[in-house]
Amino acid sequence: MITFDLKNNKVRNLNQSLHDSSSDNADFLVTNPNGKHSVAVAAMYATNITIDGHVGYYCAGMNQQAAVTVKGNAGSGLAENMMSGSVRVTGNASQYCAATAHGGMVVIEGDTAARCGISMKGVDIVVGGSVGHMSAFMAQSGRFVICGDAGDALGDSLYEARIYVGGEVKSLGADCIEKPMLAEHQAELKSLLKLAGMGAVDSSTFKRYGSQRKLYHFNIDHAGEY
Amino acid sequence: MSLNDELRSRLRESATFPRHVIAEIQRAAREGIYDIRGFGAKRRVPDFDDLLFLGASMSRYPLEGYRERCDTSVTLGTRFAKKPIELKIPITIAGMSFGALSAQAKESLGRGASIMGTSTTTGDGGMTEEERGHSDILVYQYLPSRYGMNPDDLRRADAIEIVVGQGAKPGGGGMLLGQKISDRVAEMRNLPKGIDQRSACRHPDWTGPDDLEIKINELREITDWQIPIYVKIGATRTFFDVTLAVKAGADVVVLDGMQGGTAATQDVFIEHVGIPTLPAVRLAVEALQEMDMHRKVQLIVSGGIRNGADTAKALAMGADAVSIGTAALIALGDNSPEYEDEYNKLGTSAGYYDDYQDGRDPTGISTQDEELAMRLDPELGGRRLANFLNCMTLETQTLARACGKSHVHNLEPEDMVALTIEAAAMAGIPLAGTAWIPGRNF
Repeated sequence: MITFDLKNNKVRNLNQSLHDSSSDNADFLVTNPNGKHSVAVAAMYATNITIDGHVGYYCAGMNQQAAVTVKGNAGSGLAENMMSGSVRVTGNASQYCAATAHGGMVVIEGDTAARCGISMKGVDIVVGGSVGHMSAFMAQSGRFVICGDAGDALGDSLYEARIYVGGEVKSLGADCIEKPMLAEHQAELKSLLKLAGMGAVDSSTFKRYGSQRKLYHFNIDHAGEY
Repeated sequence: MSLNDELRSRLRESATFPRHVIAEIQRAAREGIYDIRGFGAKRRVPDFDDLLFLGASMSRYPLEGYRERCDTSVTLGTRFAKKPIELKIPITIAGMSFGALSAQAKESLGRGASIMGTSTTTGDGGMTEEERGHSDILVYQYLPSRYGMNPDDLRRADAIEIVVGQGAKPGGGGMLLGQKISDRVAEMRNLPKGIDQRSACRHPDWTGPDDLEIKINELREITDWQIPIYVKIGATRTFFDVTLAVKAGADVVVLDGMQGGTAATQDVFIEHVGIPTLPAVRLAVEALQEMDMHRKVQLIVSGGIRNGADTAKALAMGADAVSIGTAALIALGDNSPEYEDEYNKLGTSAGYYDDYQDGRDPTGISTQDEELAMRLDPELGGRRLANFLNCMTLETQTLARACGKSHVHNLEPEDMVALTIEAAAMAGIPLAGTAWIPGRNF
């Protein structure tokens, strides 16, 4: 176990270590993050990173292979543009969580603020609680599970991402519609919940949302939708 | 039946409704949608042609035109980066996407820039092997869409350019119409083939200058503080935007005036949003000087740069380098009379072609059609671009030597006068024959 106490050590030194091949398969413990920004960004190797406390902006941004656990809350842009690996937050996450992320899995045990999954490009996101407004805005691909409620304009201008919601949806965004929940979708949802460590959640009442694909080509008759 | 000479001589075109305005109203009534096109603003705005160099005389010594050295080297990103960019000429190639341009065009740009020792820039859609492989110095754009964005490409870039705005459409996002979304473009952007792809106008994970400072810090952490980070802005509230970009930690500010090109934007946006490059340069330099950051944070100016005269004048106003986009495409062969017949079939003519958005470019530059793209030989395209850059550099040196400067960066505002009151006011350069700068000295 390699310990970085950010009370006495710099985020710069932590990130430099995570970009070194010697971090492959190593276990890192980060203590006293105290809301610092850019903690554990672009970790290139299969490193287990436990962060004991709250983090600021862009924690685990562009994560490549690492498994990152934040024991606390996360600020804006958690796991933005993540490529693979996994990120788990035991508390809540702020806005833009998993923005534009390409792969891997992001799990938020609590709630997330606005624009979770904005422009997501293949990542899987599982939120144990609720998400704020404009979540999954322009979401391109990947799967997004919300166990609680969703705020206004869920999935606005959605492309091919699939969204599952267990609670209430305040409103759907442009071109986002409810779609039939078939057996294959139930199986996918259960699998995602299990992977996220939330296998005990009752998935039978979840609804599925996706793109109506009416805005894929600009059409003057749809101008009022924008 | 044609009009006779007498009747024709009595026709009077309206200044308010000239023929192109009438034609646009008729087109809009027919189609019900705004005109989307490429190229840049076509309206006349005050520009570098409205400035003149004074040249050396009794009070200043010129340098010998063909013998004495006039240096053109530029270093960019000296503020924080461990590896600043070293250019041999003060002219770079602006960001243009693979998707908007063919792979052959991107390779040509890389080849031409590399021959001349300067940089080229990716665009919306990510980094291709063609341009990385053929660009000795490659700037990687970080755009709101984040199409193709990944940390490996960030690390193999020579600099990062965070795009906040673009001169042709400050405040606007992008659009790549479905006819240009090939399998390869679709895969790079994680979107279905053939659909109209929208690029967002705002970044998805930061809002405002305070966030941008944190974002720049993240990118530096990802790249281990090795490479410079540029911030590109469209020219609007330039003084404040440059101030905020510098405060957010930019190594380099890229300023794109309203004459800057685009691959696909609404005509109304291109012609009616943003300010010309001429006043924008002055505002940017004033902002840098006020913070005592002029020459510490470098300034790259783009938007309607066409020749060495434009380059020299931008440098004299305080820029460190210029960037070309439309002019570079023309150097590759865009709007060439060689394809006049094919332009005519598209309802246009060489010299007027601006439909970069529709993917049928006969020169093979702004297309994803494989047969059309094959027409552009990247080696030949690169050579043409290098020739053009060489010519621009020689012209810039000629003007600098005439003003007695041994480095193009030694050009200064005092070397110039303005031809019009508008240009004098916008550039902060006195009207020729006077000491008058409108808005000052009162």
